[in-house]
Amino acid sequence: MHEHRDYEGAKIGMWLFLFTEVLLFGGLFLLYAVFLHRYPAEFHAAGKELSRTFGTVNTVVLITSSLFMALAISALQRGRTVLSQRLVLLTVALAGVFLVNKFFEWNAKIGHGIYPDSPGLLALPPGEMVFFNLYYLMTGLHGIHVVIGGAVLLYGWHLMRVGRVTPEHFVFLENGGLYWHLVDLVWIYLFPLFYLVV
Amino acid sequence: MSADAHDHPSFFQPLPGTKGGLASWLFSTDHKRIGMLYLYCIVTMFLVGLALGFLIRLELVAPGRTIMGPQTYNALFTLHGVVMIFLVVIPSIPAAFGNIFLPIQIGAEDVSFPRLNILSWWLYIIGAALAVLSLVTGKGAPDTGWTFYVPFSAVTTTNVDVAVIAVFILGFSSILTGLNFITTLHRLRAPGMTWTRLPLFCWSLYATGWIQVLATPILGITVLLIFAERVLGVGLFDPSRGGDPILYQHLFWIYSHPAVYIMILPAMGVISEILPVFARKPIFGYKMIAFSSLAIAFAGSLVWAHHMFVSGMSDTAVMVFSFLTFVVAIPSAIKVFNWVSTLYKGSIRVEPPLWYALAFIFLFSIGGLTGLVLGSAGTNVHVHDTYFVVAHFHYVIFGGMGFGLFGAMHYWFPKIYGRMYDKRMANWSCLIAFVGFNLLYFPMFILGLQGMPRRYYDYLPKYAEGHFFSTMGSWVLATGLLLMFWNLWRGIRHGKPVGRNPWGAATLEWMAPSPPPHHNFDAEPVVTHGPYDFTGVKPDA
Repeated sequence: MHEHRDYEGAKIGMWLFLFTEVLLFGGLFLLYAVFLHRYPAEFHAAGKELSRTFGTVNTVVLITSSLFMALAISALQRGRTVLSQRLVLLTVALAGVFLVNKFFEWNAKIGHGIYPDSPGLLALPPGEMVFFNLYYLMTGLHGIHVVIGGAVLLYGWHLMRVGRVTPEHFVFLENGGLYWHLVDLVWIYLFPLFYLVV
Repeated sequence: MSADAHDHPSFFQPLPGTKGGLASWLFSTDHKRIGMLYLYCIVTMFLVGLALGFLIRLELVAPGRTIMGPQTYNALFTLHGVVMIFLVVIPSIPAAFGNIFLPIQIGAEDVSFPRLNILSWWLYIIGAALAVLSLVTGKGAPDTGWTFYVPFSAVTTTNVDVAVIAVFILGFSSILTGLNFITTLHRLRAPGMTWTRLPLFCWSLYATGWIQVLATPILGITVLLIFAERVLGVGLFDPSRGGDPILYQHLFWIYSHPAVYIMILPAMGVISEILPVFARKPIFGYKMIAFSSLAIAFAGSLVWAHHMFVSGMSDTAVMVFSFLTFVVAIPSAIKVFNWVSTLYKGSIRVEPPLWYALAFIFLFSIGGLTGLVLGSAGTNVHVHDTYFVVAHFHYVIFGGMGFGLFGAMHYWFPKIYGRMYDKRMANWSCLIAFVGFNLLYFPMFILGLQGMPRRYYDYLPKYAEGHFFSTMGSWVLATGLLLMFWNLWRGIRHGKPVGRNPWGAATLEWMAPSPPPHHNFDAEPVVTHGPYDFTGVKPDA
């Protein structure tokens, strides 16, 4: 059976899928907007509890990983498959760094008794409860996306090794890269909303 | 079987060089086989939903307890809603007939992503299995209604967790189908198949695809939040934790109002296919019908809060959403007027698909006009959450989408099976179902105006007469529908064999053999005329 290849079609499909991801997070951003409007002072107080250092480091880590991802695709298109494989692995490694950071950040909060349904959280004013609930939900959903993105990129790396993703047929890696940039982009919004503007 | 069958085995037969068997269906990437899988599942789930609705009506035939207790009743109407909405109506026409005919109508060999296509069927099956599982596991079947409104859905001890995960997975299945269709329509049209030569069924699926892609993720996050509320104790909808239950209603309807257009648009597409064929004349206002599909998809995304006029919104919001609701009636009316104009001075050939199409127009018009009663903020307050809403909804979705689906079944039946059902029986079952339908749902408008609230287990004696007629109607309707399914079933096995184009239609699927072979066309077709140009086209049976 001949294999049907449609580069443009694959890209259209991927962009449509990215729209769905944006809207999935969009529901939560909508809730955030409403609650920020309702509880500006509480959001401000609760936001100060989050560690800006962790947040900033993670932002730098993710942006750098996106750079590596873009370089990996350019390298593959120029026929430098080995370099491309290494760059993809670097991207995945940075995804790992992000998750480790996130783990320590969450762990510290949980150590202070602040997590959904905890007595510590329930003792806070309502606005701060909402802030932390949103914080766990949105960064948690984002974390799941980091894991999925990392897995997709690892699979792309595997496909390059077995010669199914090549300098001629690179659309899988390119679409994986698009997904990775989306994961990055969501964080670019989460970071200021939780760590800076409040 | 016709002579075609010998040169090109139909898609029902094993692909040459393979053994066939069950796995060749369950893991098929052929859009026609996937469409058939959907069709059989949807018909099965429809019969389940029908039986549940029938039992609900039976309970309501007289005041007081008739055949079941209140908790069973709550579970039954929840299940009726979940099964009918998420397992029947939303996939129905797009996933079954869209899969089978969209690629053939545009002259393509398959959809853009055939493997994604079978994945979305499997997601549908997993979702359906979970929905069934939610009934028999945990502490009782969900009793929240299909809308899963908080705060009740967050605190009830019934098995809501599994049900919302099922809805999440079904939503994912719907997204993948929409994504596949949009890409297919952009990439795989045959040479000469310009956008203005696209059959209107494809246009309606294109608009539906966009709603599926853009609205369904909101449902996904909303039901995940219900899950988080119940399992993690996140309190975003819980006022005692700073949350707000109204926000749940907003998020839910941001998806679920556009979703009613996922339900109705493909049926409108089917009607736009059927009418010109049996009026033997090009459809009136092709471009406006195509455009109005997109307009419905767009405007329909901006009206969600008309479900919440009594939930405590600001008056400004109520007026804006009421106005937008009136706006969305315009493209729907454009379609109805164009359909009627298509019939005007046509040389009408009365066949079963046309009867179903006419029933659609009549029932959808009643449903649409009563929608305006609900859309105006003033009258809405009076009939909110009454049987008026139930009647309106069933007229649009069952009378509209349901009769559209039955029309599609009768229209494309000879193409799919290469046989014809008993037409006289089909006409009779259409008539019986139509009469039963009106007897079942019209009294509900009156009950609603008199103040009978929806979803109630029991009622005052003054509503007894309306409920009695309504239950009578459910018996007539069920008889008509069972007769219809039985007739189609008999047609599959014993119907008279037909040729390629028994209705004399001009769209591409009627150029292919009946049933179509595995790769649809012997050679890639080149399109030289519009979909409703009947010059020189004659029925061959």
